[in-house]
Formats: sequence, C-alpha cells, structure tokens
Amino acid sequence: MTQDADRPTPSPSCPIPGGGARRRDVLSTVIVGAGCVGACALAYPFLDSLNGTKNTSLGEDDSIDVDIAALRPGQQLVVTWRGWPVFIQKRTPEMLASLKTADIVQRLRDPDSKILQQPKDATNWHRSVVPEIGVLIGICTHLGCVPSYATPSPNDKSGKYSCPCHGSQFDVAGRVYKDAPAPYNLPVPPVTMLSATHVRIGQSKGDPAFSIASIQQI
Amino acid sequence: MSKPDNTPAGWLEARLPIISAFRREYVDFAMPRNLTYLWNFGAFATIALALLIVSGIFLALNYTPSVAEAFNSIETIDRHVSSGWLVRAIHMGGVSMLFAALYVHMARSLYYGSYKAPRELLWLTGLGLFILVMIAAFAGYILPWGQMSYWGATVVINAMNAVPLIGPALASWLLGGEGLGSVALHRIYVLHFVTAFSIIGVIVLHVAALHVVGSNNPTGVEPKTSADVVPFHPYYTTKDGLGLCLFLMVYAALIFFAPDLLTLANNYAMANPLVTPGDITPEWYFAPFYAILRAVPSKLGGLILTAGSLVVLFAVPWLDRSPVRSARYRPVLRWALLALFAAFIALGVAGMHKPTGLWLALSRISVAYYYAYFLILLPFLPRVEITRPEPATLRGEGA
Repeated sequence: MTQDADRPTPSPSCPIPGGGARRRDVLSTVIVGAGCVGACALAYPFLDSLNGTKNTSLGEDDSIDVDIAALRPGQQLVVTWRGWPVFIQKRTPEMLASLKTADIVQRLRDPDSKILQQPKDATNWHRSVVPEIGVLIGICTHLGCVPSYATPSPNDKSGKYSCPCHGSQFDVAGRVYKDAPAPYNLPVPPVTMLSATHVRIGQSKGDPAFSIASIQQI
Repeated sequence: MSKPDNTPAGWLEARLPIISAFRREYVDFAMPRNLTYLWNFGAFATIALALLIVSGIFLALNYTPSVAEAFNSIETIDRHVSSGWLVRAIHMGGVSMLFAALYVHMARSLYYGSYKAPRELLWLTGLGLFILVMIAAFAGYILPWGQMSYWGATVVINAMNAVPLIGPALASWLLGGEGLGSVALHRIYVLHFVTAFSIIGVIVLHVAALHVVGSNNPTGVEPKTSADVVPFHPYYTTKDGLGLCLFLMVYAALIFFAPDLLTLANNYAMANPLVTPGDITPEWYFAPFYAILRAVPSKLGGLILTAGSLVVLFAVPWLDRSPVRSARYRPVLRWALLALFAAFIALGVAGMHKPTGLWLALSRISVAYYYAYFLILLPFLPRVEITRPEPATLRGEGA
C-alpha cells in the first residue's frame, strides 16, 4: 500500500489549540475506556454461550433399575448411569470380613467415610445400603480413569480395585489406600434396594435429599 | 530506519515495519477534508461483518448440519444454550445491518461517481464483495432448515438448473447426487463459512485499492494541496467513531426491541418437502432481485434479467462517459439517479407483495427504468447534459 507521489499530504501535525492537549488526552482515555467496557459486554454472550445447555435436564428423573439376579458372589456388573461406569458387586463373606480387618483399615485415608462421597445410608463400614451389595461410581478420584476390579482369588480373598493410570488402589468398598495419589474414596451413587435382586440407581430411599452433584469429587 | 532505535518498537520496526505502516495508512493517511457521514458506511459494513463472523463461529459450535438435527439444533440454541438467543439475534440482525450498510455504501458510490477512474478496481472488488455477501446470506438462510429455508433453496437450485450449459453441473455439485437433503445441507454449511472467510480476503483487496487511489469526496474533485486534506486520525477516526455509535444503537435496538421485525414466522416451522407455505416472501435484502425474477413472464428471461441487474453494475465505470464525477454538478443525472434509487426501493417493496395488478406493473416499470438508467442514460446523457462548474479546491467545502 503505497501512496501516489502526486497525492497531497496533510500538514505534519494537526493544530492543537492552546491548552487543548490535556483535554484531548482526557477525552481519548475516556473513549478508549468506554470502548473496552463495551467490548467486554459484547464478549459476555459469546463466552456464556460456551457453557452450552448444561442445565436443561434439571429435574428429570434419570434413575435406572438393574436386575442383579444373575450376579454370583464375588462378581461385579458394570452399568452406565449419567454416562458414568457404575460397579455393582455381590460381596462374599470373606470380602465383607476384609473391610473390618485392622491391618487394612489403618492403611486407608478415610476408613470411616467422613468425607462426603456417598449418601447417608451408605456412610457405614461397608459403604452400601446392604452389606452384601456394593455400588460404586467407577471413576478414580485422582484423574478420572476407570479402576479395574481384581476379583477375589484363593491368594487374596478380599478383592480390590487398582487404577491403571497412576496406580491408585481402593479396597472393595471403594476406600482409597494412603500410599497412592488418589485423594478420596470412590463415590457411591444414590441407591434403593427394590428387592433382593433389583437395584435402583439414581434414587436413595434412605437419603432422599442426596444429590450426586454435592459430593466432594467425582 | 534512519536512526537505530533500542526500544521494543524499534526492534520490531527494523524487522517488520507494521507500526510505521499502520501510522502511514491509518493515522497520517491523507483524507479529503469534506467527507460527509455517507463515507461512514464502509466502516459500518466492516464492523457488521466482524460481528457476523464472531457470532457465526459461536453458532457453529452448537449447530448440526443434518436434515434430522439442523432445525432442532437451532431451537436448542434459541431456547437452551446460555445466551444462545442473543448470539443468534446478533447474527440474524447483523445480516440486515450489513446489507443496509452495503446498499447505502453502493448508492453513495453511484451518486458521487466513486467508481470512475482511477477507482474502477475499488468498485469491482466492492461488487465482488457484494456478491459474496449475497451467496453467504443465501447459504446461511438455508441452515436453520425451516420452511422458508427449504423452499428458498429449492427455488434457487431449480433456477441454477435452468441456466444453460453450466447450470445443471453447478446444481449437481452443490446437491451431491441426491435431492435437497443432508448431503446438500452439509455442503451449504461449508459454503456458508468458506464464503464468509473469503469475504475477509476480498475486503483486504478492497481496502488496499482504496489506500492506493485514496477516498473520493462529495465534489468528486481530487484534492490537490495539503489544505485540501486532513490526516485520518483524529479527524475521521472520530467521525467514523460517532457514526459507529449510532449504527450500533440501531443494531442493538433491532436485536433487543424488534428481533422478529425482519424475520419470517414461516421459518420457525421445520422444513416440510410436502407442503409449500402459502405466502413465500424473501428476506428484505433480496426482495428487489426477487421482484425482477417475477416481473418477467419467462423462466430463462427472468433469470437473465435478475443476474443481469448485477452484471450491469460491473460495467458501470465504462458505461458512464461523463468526465464529471459527482452528481452534484450533473443536474439531469442527479434526478435520474434519485429515480433509480426510487425504482430499486419500489422493486424491494413489490418483492414483498404478491405479483399481481399494481405491484406487477410497478415491478415492470422499475425493471425497465433500472436497465434504461445503466444502458441508455449513463452512456448517452453526457452528450446533452450541461454540467455545473466543479470547484477548483476543496477548501470551503464541508469539514
């Protein structure tokens, strides 16, 4: 972009009336400031639209009913609730006994589930509504990988969870071990036992006010 | 470059002289001293386009280009996405504001002879921009997949098919084998934003050409001395800034107080290939061309006259034989041009009504005058018109 040689050029500086320079500086500052405020106001709807539609499903019942009749002691079933993997375990007497073993309990960060990671009716030694059935959200509280389930074996009858990403360990009730990076126990979703073989995930009869959004960390 | 400079600005300047280029083109740049507010509309169009592009990017994040999902995704944007209604209103209002600014900008160029030598390329790149904007607007209007989207697209694609030789091939490339369905919608979506970004590139050419030949002015007389010109800053930054505030106020009023003023309720019903809505009307900015299409009782003839109404504009720098630029000093052309503007507006109004009786007659008279202006008055009027004397200098003019 070059100017033609024969085009006239304006006088080098525009004339400034005596004492007018400061007034012009104030005006410039005010205008630039007002422009910045306007730009920020304009940016708001655009940035806000990035929040998307997260509140639209509010108030809808998204609970699911699961038939666990086929589940044998020691096995676990994985279902999806709100897009999360949910582990449903049927615990053996050995698994239940391991939850109270002093040797294990002293190696846990939060053995008594003091931190809000479960509804009130699962704030107990077995972290579930009934001791034989355990329900956990299978998302590691470290950085969100899905821990893998080690089924009870003749060598280790208690069973456990270990996270493949950074080696965090959880006992079969989802309680986190101290010597690994994950800070909290695995979350427990709201659960209602409809019968001995049917579980409803998403509603808690024992703690109806519980919201999964209120827990410490998912 | 004469004295080495150790400041960060000097370091940058020695490697990439953008600061001095900016100063030369936007601070010290010589502007005629007598520009009126009609010279603000290029800046208005640029700002409207910038807002369209930004809001378009944010709409694209929530839009799904498929026949099954397009309409619902627009409804979701309007009803559920946080501030989505506002982003969409900015986008839809922006189209009207852009076209309004462009029409005034072009009318001003016609009136003050801004298309004449040496500014022919400015006029041609500007017309290229106008056609790109029309393509982007048409493609964008199809995306919500409402009834007007669908039937507007159907009519235009059938019109393309009627163009001899190239028409069927073009239509086939757009539709991708099947009828107007998901494949076509996806292509129209891509066409919409590719055109939008191309517009930015052509604006760069348009502005570069402007900065070579300089702005025209209401007298049409080139500035000759330094007394005829003023630096762009602060004189026209403030003039553009004040105009821009008013422009944005109108824009905001349109968005917040009358978001439905310029939209058609029919387009909030999902596209239905089995039922054509009873009253098809185009968006206001396409109405004049739509009126031309309906004024001609022949399929190919209507298409030729509609396309020709744009093509003839490209020839304007060579059709106009008068050495006098500004209509201020051309007493006959001045009224002829105002009549052209009236004819174009009449076409626009006629385009929004059913093509019967008076409206059809008005359309036909207006089309005839539109062509007569460009093909008869522009080349032959200078032979008989006695022009008024032009001023020798811009001093004492405006400013």
